[in-house]
Amino acid sequence: MATTVHEPPKIEPRRFPAEGSGNGGWRNLVPASGDPRRVKGSSPPPASTGIWVALASITMTFAAFTSAMIVRQGTAPLVHITLPPILYLNTLLIIASSITLELSRKQIAAFMGGVRGKDHSAIPSRWLYVTLFLGLLFVAGQTFAWIQLKAQGIGLATNISYSFFYVLTVAHALHVFGGLGGLVRVIGKVHHSVLRRSTLDATSRYWHFMGGLWVYLLLLLWMKL
Amino acid sequence: MHDMSTHAVPHGAPTSFIRKHVFSIDHKVIGKQYYALALLAALIGMVLSWIMRLHLGYGSLAIPGLHLLSKNGALGDVMTPEYYLQLMTMHGTIMVFFVLTTAPFAAFGNFFLPIQTGAEDMPFPHFNMMSFWVTFTAFLVLVASFFTGTGPTLGGWTQYAPLSAIGDVGGPGEGLGVVLWAASIAIFCIGQLLGSLNFITTTLDMRCKGMSLMRLPLTAWAWFITSIMGLTAFAVLMPACLLLILDHVAGTSFFRPSNAVINDQVLPGSGGSTLLWQHLFWFFGHPEVYIAIVPGLGIVSHVLITNMRRPMLSHRVLIYSMGALALLSYMVYGHHMFVSGMNPVSSLAFSFPTLVITIPSTIVVLIWLGSLYGSRLRINSASLFALGFISMFISGGVSGFFLAQPSIDIMLHATYFVVGHFHLVMGVAAMFGIFAGTYFWFPKMTGRMMNETLGKVHFWMSFVGAYCIFMPFHYLGIAGNVRRYQAFTDDYLIPLIPVHKFITIAALFTGFAQLIFVYNLIHSRFWGKVAPNDNPWEGTSLEWSTATPPPHNNFGDKMPVVYHDPYQYSVEGASADYVMQTSTEQLKNTDEEK
Repeated sequence: MATTVHEPPKIEPRRFPAEGSGNGGWRNLVPASGDPRRVKGSSPPPASTGIWVALASITMTFAAFTSAMIVRQGTAPLVHITLPPILYLNTLLIIASSITLELSRKQIAAFMGGVRGKDHSAIPSRWLYVTLFLGLLFVAGQTFAWIQLKAQGIGLATNISYSFFYVLTVAHALHVFGGLGGLVRVIGKVHHSVLRRSTLDATSRYWHFMGGLWVYLLLLLWMKL
Repeated sequence: MHDMSTHAVPHGAPTSFIRKHVFSIDHKVIGKQYYALALLAALIGMVLSWIMRLHLGYGSLAIPGLHLLSKNGALGDVMTPEYYLQLMTMHGTIMVFFVLTTAPFAAFGNFFLPIQTGAEDMPFPHFNMMSFWVTFTAFLVLVASFFTGTGPTLGGWTQYAPLSAIGDVGGPGEGLGVVLWAASIAIFCIGQLLGSLNFITTTLDMRCKGMSLMRLPLTAWAWFITSIMGLTAFAVLMPACLLLILDHVAGTSFFRPSNAVINDQVLPGSGGSTLLWQHLFWFFGHPEVYIAIVPGLGIVSHVLITNMRRPMLSHRVLIYSMGALALLSYMVYGHHMFVSGMNPVSSLAFSFPTLVITIPSTIVVLIWLGSLYGSRLRINSASLFALGFISMFISGGVSGFFLAQPSIDIMLHATYFVVGHFHLVMGVAAMFGIFAGTYFWFPKMTGRMMNETLGKVHFWMSFVGAYCIFMPFHYLGIAGNVRRYQAFTDDYLIPLIPVHKFITIAALFTGFAQLIFVYNLIHSRFWGKVAPNDNPWEGTSLEWSTATPPPHNNFGDKMPVVYHDPYQYSVEGASADYVMQTSTEQLKNTDEEK
């Protein structure tokens, strides 16, 4: 029986700059003698720094929502509500997706190092697909929770607690869509293009952050509402 | 194994008109687009201020054509009280967001930050392009509110709740006008967040060989610090605007209080917090003041150093002071809320850092003055506007001492004293920074020189005119003249009307000076004297070591390598009175950063 061995995708490791911009590094000085000191190491790739910057911005946004909740609670007590039970299942899904993404990253790292798994036909994007699927399931689960509430006649304006519930969960879901888009891009690059390690790292950081953010939001909603 | 290409996504020079001039990903084109947007916005904002000043100074004066702007707001070309408030709101919003944030930070920063760091472009050029077009969309959304049924919102640029959250019952424009305002600002926030992302990563990751952080010019530091402020401040304003929109379109009660009675109507609402908006808004609003002014601190320092032919007394202390201003700007926002009914202990807690923030401001001013002392400053339009900036910054800053103290602020709050204070320290000073930058960098941006005579006339008319407008504001405020009034009919206000007439004449005079600037800008762009060389001011930073205007990838075939601090002027033993950052000349008598 013939065995098909897939061509491993071209995966580009961390890129080190040579003559272009970016090798000023964090503190790479050139003495006035005119001899550039040996560059100790390159700057981190912009995608790596950029993702931290983006996450800082998202953190501020959700911190604003949180403080809005606290200040609003000071004016009139928030009404107690029961969270849709499916949220707990969704929490497990997004945590599981983080785990599968890490498995994928390890697999890709092994590929980059030239180490193949036992299954030669395995392509490193398998766990990426699983992660994407789990992410989609999470969004579907959240949508199901909103539909469930709507069926009970509960909407954004029912009371202030549901207002915050909808605002926080929808805002989070919109950010999750960004992560799903990142995963699709990574899978596309694995298959059709060249994947940079920094792109994969940035996407996974973003995805893990979305997982952590959801756990935080769930605790916040559970404690405050 | 290792790819040896650059970090920046390499992109070739565009060939089509659309990609080159409209949807361009070149940071220089984007910088010019931001500048053009700011110029358009400034002209609109200025015309609005003229209309308002004519109304304030001359009461029922008919302004020909005003009815064209509004169906109901200016019947017979005389504006209604509500329409005055609508124009005031649009003036403030346009000026703060689309001029003071856009020009010194987004326009100049886009054009010069990558060049001054020695980068080929920003690391995310498509985000950069989106940043401009998103900002432009925000501007269109805001201006569109002029053409809606009841016109733009009248709630002031701060949009205090509950007025901003209750809908049309609050007055013309408080329904759709507020929604458009909040949508515009939320969109604007997205644009600035994308810009900040690029600015921060450019500064941290894209510097050329030899360009340590301390070798960055003060302008680059100012933009870097501003982008950090922008990243955190706009990320808070955006959700606030979204919540405000939901109160209008989804029936929520984030800001709508229970049982509010307005115009004899009991409004729906379930315990919304009116103070919540103030907290969210001012957490953004006070850093916004520094987002407007910190780039000016950098530009003025950069311009003065080049014209003094010597560095500032301390490069590092200036950077640390700008950083301290940014940090403290988040701790002082409550001083805008002294009369909101907050706990007096909270007032004290916000008053203390407000007084502390004067320390880094004073340090910056003292470094400027100490460095200027004894220098043989080259007098040109750019350096004059830089000096004017210092003057306005001091004059406007001193009145901040009074407002920082709750006991005095209670009396002066919401009077013209406050209007005079923030217009001088944040408005005029920032505008002078923009003018200094324009006269200074125009040759690099266009390859032509601006007319110096017209520039100096522009400066003196603006300098005298601005003081004639805003100094009397302080007097009016002390006399108890409340801001936002559209007419002065009370006994104690009637004697102040001649002062208002004087201010109106000064505003028209100063506005005319700005038309001279616009003429100079456009005329010089096409017919101005060609810049004599790539470095007409004999500057040292990287923008002066590349071609004029810079090529598509900023430095042509050879990327720069930096060997010196940014401001090596009048170094003893050097071959010239300035040593460029890229020069390989060895300097003995210098205290360069190691």
